[in-house]
Amino acid sequence: MSASSNSNWSRRSLFRAAAGMAAAGTLAACGSNNGRGGGSSSGDHLVQYFHAYGEAGTEQAIKKYAKAYPKADVSTQWITGSDFESKLFATLLTANAPDLFEFHPQIQLVKSGQVADLSDIIDPVKSDFNQADIASHTVDGKIYGVRMIDDPQFFFYRKSMLEKAKVEVPQTLDELIEAAAKLTTGKVKGAFLGNDLHAVINPLIWSSGADTLTADNRPAFNTDGVAEGLTKMRKLFTSGSLLLGAPADYWDPSAINQGLCAIQFCGMWAMPAMQQALGDDLGVFPFPKAADAGKPSVYNGGWSMFVNAKGKNVDAAKEYVKWLWIEQKKYQEDWALSYGFHIPPRSSIAASATKLQSGLPAEGVKLFDQYGHFDNIGWTQAMITATENVFADCVRKNGDPKASLDTAEKTVSAELKKLFG
Amino acid sequence: MATTSRLDRTRPAPAEAATARPRRGRRSSPTLNFWLFTSPFLIGLVIFVYVPIGWSVWLSFFEARFTVTPDKFTGFANYRQMLDNGNFTGALLTFTVFAALIVPTTWALSLGLALLVNRMRFMRAFFRSVFFLPTACSYVAASLIWKMSLFNGVRFGLANTVIGWFGVDNIAWLADPDPPWYWLVLVTARLWLQSGFYMILFLAALQNIPQELYEAAEIDGAKRGWQTFRHITLPQLRATSTAVILLLLVAAYQAFDEFFNLLSKTTWGRPPLVELYYMALGQNQDYGAGSAGAVMLTLLICVVTLFQGRLMGFGRGEESR
Repeated sequence: MSASSNSNWSRRSLFRAAAGMAAAGTLAACGSNNGRGGGSSSGDHLVQYFHAYGEAGTEQAIKKYAKAYPKADVSTQWITGSDFESKLFATLLTANAPDLFEFHPQIQLVKSGQVADLSDIIDPVKSDFNQADIASHTVDGKIYGVRMIDDPQFFFYRKSMLEKAKVEVPQTLDELIEAAAKLTTGKVKGAFLGNDLHAVINPLIWSSGADTLTADNRPAFNTDGVAEGLTKMRKLFTSGSLLLGAPADYWDPSAINQGLCAIQFCGMWAMPAMQQALGDDLGVFPFPKAADAGKPSVYNGGWSMFVNAKGKNVDAAKEYVKWLWIEQKKYQEDWALSYGFHIPPRSSIAASATKLQSGLPAEGVKLFDQYGHFDNIGWTQAMITATENVFADCVRKNGDPKASLDTAEKTVSAELKKLFG
Repeated sequence: MATTSRLDRTRPAPAEAATARPRRGRRSSPTLNFWLFTSPFLIGLVIFVYVPIGWSVWLSFFEARFTVTPDKFTGFANYRQMLDNGNFTGALLTFTVFAALIVPTTWALSLGLALLVNRMRFMRAFFRSVFFLPTACSYVAASLIWKMSLFNGVRFGLANTVIGWFGVDNIAWLADPDPPWYWLVLVTARLWLQSGFYMILFLAALQNIPQELYEAAEIDGAKRGWQTFRHITLPQLRATSTAVILLLLVAAYQAFDEFFNLLSKTTWGRPPLVELYYMALGQNQDYGAGSAGAVMLTLLICVVTLFQGRLMGFGRGEESR
């Protein structure tokens, strides 16, 4: 008897608790942060997406610029985590899509009508931009994004460690493998190329004398040279002289700063932090030649501002992009030089960037000019994934390079067919 | 005695009941009550579960790239594409094997913990909480701890420090797939996160086993330990075991968080859901093919759980209690 009354009681209380939870859930949904800021209905509200930059002060800087804009209330979503593109692509489909966002030029965004044509705001100052940056954002004569910063990626090395091990700066991938072996001691690994090596995929393709795509958008990476380069990468990966599984990935200077490795693949952005930790004990070199037909290469990455063409405030967003990334040169300079080092895509700003004109930064700029490869707008995320799978299968796993490259070529061709017919 | 007197009191009151009934009816009819209490759930269920499922099934027959409101009907093309996709079918196979291993392991571990905690003479509540606590931890947070401090590849990672004492070289647990150490990382994270919850279920079931059974067994000469466990405890836990195994199976096929966070840019160790995520969300934005995969995965989970239910007699009424 008592058992039955007990179960009655618990069922009722369960219902009550559940109903309460449902109500609470509804309320919570009402209060959820939709990123649009609160309050006043006057003026436009714009939302912008940024990936989380690692350098101190960057988030505050972006918010400071936004706050200084008089014509609209711009709120910033600072997206942490390593899959910015996934979050961005997923949100772009919803009603909460940002009005403007930073990303890399990728043609599928243009073809699907996702990004707005920004030619009218860029055209007046077109000649002041690095022409390679203009080219990488242009489809059929229209410019779809404003480059904010150019980020060359290359190797940093500890001069003292190379001297001590009597190692010259590597000129070829074979020499890099040897150097890494000689530099490896009980506590220090020879080199760090990132935990999953994806940052060196394009440099390896270029340094093997190939390219991602041809000028008329055909796959160009499936060559014997690249296969040879991949075989060498596998040798390096299994040599035991590569730092693997570091707590922070290649884009963070921790590994070289903490003395975990003698050579690290990283980007220009981390140079100030490295110089602070290591002083003058630091040099740079490009991704070395990987096959006979190749030459050293540097990936000139970077970030650009795009306007969501499917958003509700396209014009206001364009106005803001024009104001900040075309007109406000002070802020553009601040953004490129005050936190990490980035190369300003505007020639007029680059010319006055004294911080980049001497010492190690100047050497970085030289690598950018001499060996740099810019983004190819036809090289999209699906193709990037295809080459990442090549690295996974035949560098981290012991797959056959030629077979992996064939598979990737098939995927890339299918994508190209969808995009270009 | 007490029962009879209570019945007596209610019996001579038909007239009273007649006057009482309309008043109750005005305040709340059972039907109204039913809908009042269940409608929030039903509405939620319809909006957040049935509509998405239906939508997903609908999407799976369309070419839906960069849109969730497609107009190009393609029939079973997406299904064909997914079945041709070696990665997806490979993931289904891998995770059938994974389920076959992780389910019994988690089952055994949580049952073991429950038995230990149940035996405790003192500090039982403490140990119960300690083992249950990981359940409250987010999979993402746990993955980050596993990846960055326990199983990182550098010399000061916990795992590498420990094997270093025995003179073993550092291992890149997650970066290097040969030998596949990443399974050790994934399985330990999963066991740590999940066992506590199932331990609580077992603990509740253990405490429900009537003490008389053990006393009777002792009188009949059954030895404590294995014999009573095998012939009394285990059969008495049958319903709970079935439910736990069912939940574990579904969880194994739905594995996502720790795999997604621990393994980056790999072509191995990807559960079906991670495969679908990459296909449908991150990069290709191909919702048609993604939905086709999701439908197939759902069907597979249904088949496996139904089969398992058949095998172990889940929901067979009184007997399975």
